[in-house]
Amino acid sequence: MKINKFFLILIVMLSFKSLYAIEQNNEILKNKILKNIRCLICQGQSVYDSQSDFAISMKLVIDQKITEGLSENEIYDYLKNQYGQWITYDPELNKNTYILWILPIFLFLFGGLMVLRKLNIQK
Amino acid sequence: MKNKILLSLSIFFLIFCFIVFFKGLDNSNIYVPDSVSEKPLINFNSQDLFSNKKILSDQIFTDSEFYILNIWASWCLPCRKEHPHLMKLKENSSIKLIGLNYKDNPNSAKKFISEFGNPYSINIVDSNGTIAIKLGAYGVPETFLINKERKIIKKIVGPLNKKLVKEINLIIK
Repeated sequence: MKINKFFLILIVMLSFKSLYAIEQNNEILKNKILKNIRCLICQGQSVYDSQSDFAISMKLVIDQKITEGLSENEIYDYLKNQYGQWITYDPELNKNTYILWILPIFLFLFGGLMVLRKLNIQK
Repeated sequence: MKNKILLSLSIFFLIFCFIVFFKGLDNSNIYVPDSVSEKPLINFNSQDLFSNKKILSDQIFTDSEFYILNIWASWCLPCRKEHPHLMKLKENSSIKLIGLNYKDNPNSAKKFISEFGNPYSINIVDSNGTIAIKLGAYGVPETFLINKERKIIKKIVGPLNKKLVKEINLIIK
């Protein structure tokens, strides 16, 4: 009888622990997503940092989506579908953003070439 | 000679930058993606502002050619400014106006309606703003023009004005 009680308590404790772990993981995921989303009505703030009405409601919706079981990428896709690419801080490589991605590489190579040329001249 | 060319190029570049940024001052800070047009409307459930009865979106979008979903709040000053335009749109029989009362005190919302008139056929409540977010809205006031296939054909961020009402009337003609 005592053994049964012991196991019952153990099972209850373990299930609480796993529930707590799930909750903690969800909280980490939620914060990660919130930091990667732009508050569209604020100046240069993420939803995580903002206390605007938009951000407060957005936090609730993301909470709901995580509870529904959506993955991180599925949540980003959902938000992009509603608000466009601008909502995330990490722009995708497409026809509208290729300059944004290629220009820094081009400038880096160009700068490197300039330095090399200067070094060769000095030699 | 070389220095003069460099100087005039720099001045030209500075003037160009100044013009670009000066023109940009007039632009709205809110970015609205083009892809919002022809987007299917989400399903949602809410409750009626006056009767407190639960309403599903399927019960709202049933019998009209066009719908205007207007997000409003009694605390929002631009909403007062656009209210006369909504009252005018109400006169058009092919439009059904739906109000989405955003993060508001129900008593203040009811007072607002009794003071300025009720342009809406149905007024639903979005107490925590999640319906607005799911619709892809930014805040208040905001207006969606929806067709009978339940697709969003126009989204207006900010208050309605004469020009926008004209645009809406042209679309539904």
